[in-house]
Amino acid sequence: MQQFLQQMVNGLSLGSIYALIALGYTMVYGIIRLINFAHGDIYMLGAFAGFFAISAFHLSFIPSLIISMAICALAGMLIKRVAYKPLRTAPRISMLITAIGVSLFLENGGLMVFSPSIRTFPTVFPVKTFSFFGGLVKLTVKDIVVLTVMIVMLILLQYLVYRTKIGKAMRAVSFDKDAASLMGVDVDTTISYTFAIGSALAAVAGVLVGIYYNSVWPLMGIMPGLKAFIAAVLGGIGIIPGAVLGGLLIGVTETLVAGYGNSLYRDGVAFAILIIVLLLRPSGLLGKNQREKV
Amino acid sequence: MRILKGSKLTMKFGGLKAVNSVDFHLDNGEILSLIGPNGAGKTTLFNLLTGIYTPTEGNIYMDEKDITGSKPYSIASMGITRTFQNIRLFSDMSVEDNIMMGLHSRIGAPFLGSIIPTPSSIKANRFAKERLDWVLNYLGLYSLRKEKAKNLPYGLQRRLEIGRAIAPEPEVLLLDEPAAGMNPQETNELMGLIHDLRNKGITILLIEHDMKLVMGISDRVMVLNYGEKIADGKPEEVKQNPEVIKAYLG
Repeated sequence: MQQFLQQMVNGLSLGSIYALIALGYTMVYGIIRLINFAHGDIYMLGAFAGFFAISAFHLSFIPSLIISMAICALAGMLIKRVAYKPLRTAPRISMLITAIGVSLFLENGGLMVFSPSIRTFPTVFPVKTFSFFGGLVKLTVKDIVVLTVMIVMLILLQYLVYRTKIGKAMRAVSFDKDAASLMGVDVDTTISYTFAIGSALAAVAGVLVGIYYNSVWPLMGIMPGLKAFIAAVLGGIGIIPGAVLGGLLIGVTETLVAGYGNSLYRDGVAFAILIIVLLLRPSGLLGKNQREKV
Repeated sequence: MRILKGSKLTMKFGGLKAVNSVDFHLDNGEILSLIGPNGAGKTTLFNLLTGIYTPTEGNIYMDEKDITGSKPYSIASMGITRTFQNIRLFSDMSVEDNIMMGLHSRIGAPFLGSIIPTPSSIKANRFAKERLDWVLNYLGLYSLRKEKAKNLPYGLQRRLEIGRAIAPEPEVLLLDEPAAGMNPQETNELMGLIHDLRNKGITILLIEHDMKLVMGISDRVMVLNYGEKIADGKPEEVKQNPEVIKAYLG
C-alpha cells in the first residue's frame, strides 16, 4: 500500500509535467488544427533558459521561471511567424511536415549551441522529505513544488481562457475563424497568443523537469514531447481539461509500470495506450465522437 | 449621405465573375434590400463589403474613406457588422458570451489589460456589460443568457445572431437572409425588429428571398443577376422592371 501511494505521488508529479506540455499541443491544435511537433523542443528550450537563469545568473526559482516562460513565449511566436504563417493556406500536411522540420532544427541547433553533453541542473530547493498520513506518503519539496506550480498554472489558464477577452477570442477563433474575424477579432494575433501561452506552459514544464530530475540536454524534449502528444490524444486533442487528464494518466501509468513491472516497458506502454486510444476512441476520453464537419 | 459605397466592384473566382463591375451605394439611415436568383452574387457582395474577400477590381468606401483591402476585423471595428445565411454562432458558448464576442471590437484592451484589470479595461468592461444587458433585454434573451447557443431554438438563434451583430452599436448592419426558415409570424416579428433598428439609427443592408418582407420594409431594392446589377430603385419600380421579371421567371 505504501509503495502504491508513493508511486502515485511520483506518477502525479511526472504526469503534471506531461500535462503542462500537452496543454500546448492541445491549444495549438484547437486553434489551427496543427500537431506542433516542435513543441517538445520548446520545452527543451525552456529547460535550458531556466538552467542558465539559475546557474549563470544566479536567479532564484520564480524569476527564472518567468524568464524562461517569456523566452519560450517569444520563441513560440517566432516559430509561428516564420514557419507556420506562410503555410496558412497550404494543405495541413505541409504544416505538419514543417513542424517536424522545426523540431529537427531545434534539436540539432541545440546540440550545436548547447553542446551534446548532459548538464547538471543546480539544486534549487532543499532536499527534504515530508511525511503524510503517518508515513504512508512521503513528499519531497520537489514534488510539492511541481504539483503546486501545475495547479497554479491550471488556475491561471482557466482564468485566461474563460474569463478574459483574449481567451474568448481564442475560443471563438478555434470555433469559426471567419465569424470571429467579423466580430473584430484579429485572428492572426490570437493565434500568436495561443502559441505564446502554450510555449510558456512548456517552459514551465522544462524548468520543473530540470529541478525534478537535475539534468538538461538538447534532446531531452523528444520523449516527453511524444508522451505529451499521447496525453493530449488520450484526453481528446483540442480539449483543455483532456490534456490535463491525459497527462496525469500517462504519468501515473508509466510510474506504475516502472514500479511494479519492468521499467524498460514504460515507454512502450505509453505508445500502446496511443494505439489503443486511436483504435477504440479516436476522439479521446473527453472528446465527443463526431464526424468531422465538411 | 453615402455611408457605404462600392465602385465597379468585381470579384473573380478563376474564370467566373461572381460580381461583375457593380456600382453600389448605401445611404445613411435607409433599408436597402439586395435580391436576385440563387448564385447572383449577393453573398459575394456581402463578403466583399465585410473584407472576407478583397475585390479583384474596384473600391469600397466608407464615409468617403477608401477601405478596400481592409481586414475583416478592422472593418468590424469601423462599424460594419453582419449576420450569416447559415447561422454561425459560437455554438458551445453561452448566449451572453456570444454577445460579448460581438463586443470584442469595442473592448479595445491590449494584451495586458485583457489579463489584469487596468483603468481602461475596467471602463471597457463596464461599457460591455451595459451593452450586453441592453441587447439581452431588447431581444428578450435575458432569461436565456447562460444557455449555450446551440440549445436555443432556431428562431432564437437567428435573433441571437442579430444581437451579436448589433451589440457594438454598428453604423451599418448587413443581414444575410434573416428570415430563412422562419414561419410567417416570426417573419413579421423580424420585420418589426428591422424597422426598429433602423429607427435607432442603424443603416441596414439586407439579402432576402421573402418578397413580402422585402417589399414591406425596403426603402430601396437592388437586383443582381449573374453578378451584374440589373435594377436599383424603389420597391414598386423594381417590381415592374421587365428585366427583373425576366430574371426571376426565366
